[in-house]
Amino acid sequence: MKHLLLAAAALIAAPLSAETIAITGGTVAIGDGSQPIRGGTVVIANGRVVAAGAGVAVPAGARVVDATGKWVSPGIVAPISTLGIVDGYGMNETNDARTKGSPFSAAIDVSTSINTSGQGIATERSSGTTRAFVVPAAGNTMFGGQGAVIDLGADVDPVTKPRAFQYVELGEDAGDHGGGTRPAAHVLLRAALAAAQNPAQAGWLDKDSLITKQDALALGPVIRGTMPLLVHVERVADIRAALALKADYPAIKLVLVGATEGWRIADQIAAAKVPVIAAAITDLPERFETLAATQSNVGRLTKAGVLVAISNVDASEGPYESYLTQFAGNLVAITRIPGATGLDWGQAFATITSKPAETIGMGGEIGSLRPGRHADVVIWDGDPLEIASAPVAIWIDGVAQPMTSRQTRLRDRYLDPTEKALPKAYEY
Amino acid sequence: MSNKLTLAIVVALSLAACGQAAKPRSAASDAPPPGKGKGFNHDPFPSTYHAYPGVPTALVGATVYDGEGSRIDNGTVLFADGKVTAVGGADLAIPAGSTVIDGKGKWVTPGVIDIHSHLGDYPSPGVQALSDGNEATGPVTADVWAEHSVWPQDPGFSRALANGGVTTLQILPGSANLMGGRSVLLKNVYARTAQGMKFPGAPYGLKMACGENPKRVYGSKGRQPSTRMGNIAVDRQTWAKAAEYKRKWDKYEEKGGEPPARDIAMDTLMGVLSGEILIQNHCYRADEMANVIDMSKEFGYHVSAFHHAVEAYKIADLLKANGVCASVWADWYGFKMESYDGIPENLAILQKAGACVTIHSDDQNGIQRLNQEAGKALASGRRAGIEISDELAWTWLAIAPAKALGIADKTGSLKAGKMADVVLWNGNPFSVYTRPEKVWIDGAMLYDAYNPKLRPISDFELGQPGEGDVK
Repeated sequence: MKHLLLAAAALIAAPLSAETIAITGGTVAIGDGSQPIRGGTVVIANGRVVAAGAGVAVPAGARVVDATGKWVSPGIVAPISTLGIVDGYGMNETNDARTKGSPFSAAIDVSTSINTSGQGIATERSSGTTRAFVVPAAGNTMFGGQGAVIDLGADVDPVTKPRAFQYVELGEDAGDHGGGTRPAAHVLLRAALAAAQNPAQAGWLDKDSLITKQDALALGPVIRGTMPLLVHVERVADIRAALALKADYPAIKLVLVGATEGWRIADQIAAAKVPVIAAAITDLPERFETLAATQSNVGRLTKAGVLVAISNVDASEGPYESYLTQFAGNLVAITRIPGATGLDWGQAFATITSKPAETIGMGGEIGSLRPGRHADVVIWDGDPLEIASAPVAIWIDGVAQPMTSRQTRLRDRYLDPTEKALPKAYEY
Repeated sequence: MSNKLTLAIVVALSLAACGQAAKPRSAASDAPPPGKGKGFNHDPFPSTYHAYPGVPTALVGATVYDGEGSRIDNGTVLFADGKVTAVGGADLAIPAGSTVIDGKGKWVTPGVIDIHSHLGDYPSPGVQALSDGNEATGPVTADVWAEHSVWPQDPGFSRALANGGVTTLQILPGSANLMGGRSVLLKNVYARTAQGMKFPGAPYGLKMACGENPKRVYGSKGRQPSTRMGNIAVDRQTWAKAAEYKRKWDKYEEKGGEPPARDIAMDTLMGVLSGEILIQNHCYRADEMANVIDMSKEFGYHVSAFHHAVEAYKIADLLKANGVCASVWADWYGFKMESYDGIPENLAILQKAGACVTIHSDDQNGIQRLNQEAGKALASGRRAGIEISDELAWTWLAIAPAKALGIADKTGSLKAGKMADVVLWNGNPFSVYTRPEKVWIDGAMLYDAYNPKLRPISDFELGQPGEGDVK
């Protein structure tokens, strides 16, 4: 019952915690690519990180949380998520990710409709995920629309940044949504960007146009470079076609999503200074556009100087944010396989913390324990990339989060599956 | 079925045919009965798999999980001529001429068995032309056999071997249908034909499915079943027919006379009713599993395993009492209504209750990390206060699936006389940082992280970008 009351209290409002907290004695992972620091201290106050690392003083009056024997890190940042817009893929009634039968595409703004009551948010938060990029899927055209950055806090105010990026399919999936083929999708893309650049001359009064006035206006920030454009492409040709957009629209801030064959032209991606939200450890030619898939993709891109985050794009194990730590751990594992290219621990952990934030220009706000970032802090019972580890305490914006979910309630009810004097429905 | 037996049947059938040619009607009724289970060839697509050459090998100094729940520190595993010859401690004598491999700091386990895979019948690349896993043209397609869809060039087999240490896998038809067809058990060894991969002497399975998929697929076509009650109704009607079919064949095989008309679907169902074919039943919800168990009793068959079984933890006692295994993911939940109540303690609660439980992948990526999946389930159980040893947890990947597949006498543990299906891991296999270093199947080394020539490349990948890369 105590758990319930705590949870209920957290749901009432999302206050920024003013409390100063010092988490001491743990192994601290900053999330910026550096290696973990034993016996470090993390200080948070007013919902932000004050300091983290070795030799950080505990401020007078701070509440001290002992993390000796544990690990302390920023929360995981999950790029490419449907938390808040889908409760379950097999339940169409709950799916707000894929728009059907609407005239709009690029104009769609998911920040209007983030549902914090689905079981996914609490469950994935319990796995250590504190922020996510909520991405609308392509529907009427290959544009998915404007995605949002959210926090996974146990409150009713999830949006960190609305309209944080635009999402577009320019690979195999573009065909289904842009007129049948990749070249056709490029025609539509170019027409849409031209319309965004010069709204007065756009032909959206034409009934046959797939781009409405609202869509074109929504693309204005994209061509002005104030809103990143996430482009899902996998094969070399599609990556190159995406990079070519920069020639005509120099201000555009591209982010490649997937980029399974990126390693083959890693130098070109690096030279273009385009970051990648990669499919994490996809290694199968599941599509003809991913023939050269290898778990070394992320390592090879990173080695070439590309800024790489990982996601569960192309991962078939559900859209679970909890898998990101496992995927990052696997990138460390392959450093011991001859011929493979992986990441060291610090690099691997950064691919699921600071790097996702940096791909969309939010590295100053979230994704690490550097001073000034949102105080999204997780205490783990071990190495966060290790299979057996799990969070034991979580703060989002400095606010302590409940560690319960539907899953923990079901677990507690059925640890002993047999029925007692009354049916299970009376056990809670 | 042994080759000798097959030969005997073929001979008997040709003799009968000769007799028939001479005196058509009376000869048939006078012909001696073929004997139970011998009325027709039960193995028309026999395995042509053979063990590849190996050398007598001694793995020494590693931590050994035997796959049946025991652990040996600083252990010795010996195999020769394709079979495990001995397993013991550091004091176990190593036969002269053995290749000795130092496993210090490493782990040795039996090869991973995946009881639920669609490799080959939903291969990569996942184009429509290769989509051969669901004969979704009718709710009962017990006549189809998954092996006839298996494309032996699926690149997925090599990933499962090199990254996952998978040596045996069951390929199942999909779950669109109530009775989706026969499964096939494969050794994870590339061959030119599916027969060349087929696990010799393994029983067949029949894939059945509960719940959302059949009712959705056929309900959307405006036909039965469109509800869960429709699912059970069609199942029962079909079992009733199968019982009738079996009666006719039993009568013929025991008493002779005119052989009944063959029905390929009914052959399979009759095989289930006679205990020759094992039921592998896709089923998520606890209440539906209970319905299926009652239905199996009504018609006199046994469910070998419920697959996916995300709510198995709710009825761990019922599953145990009925001797039914649960084959599950570590932590999948919430992707559809019938998986809404999935919890990561599922395996551990079942283990604690003494029920039979296995991990499974149902996935071309997950099959590459079943050791990690089991590790997650183990850790979740421990956090809930359920103490399970690492070596006991390895049974989820080894002897438990071997039992549920009817091959526990052949593989699934490191016991003398069993197939030498062995993985040498470069660390603790429940760690995310560990990968297979070497994999042997029937004593033949078929993967070695240190030898690029022991990294299989399927025909499909030959000459394509990425060929020969470390995947």
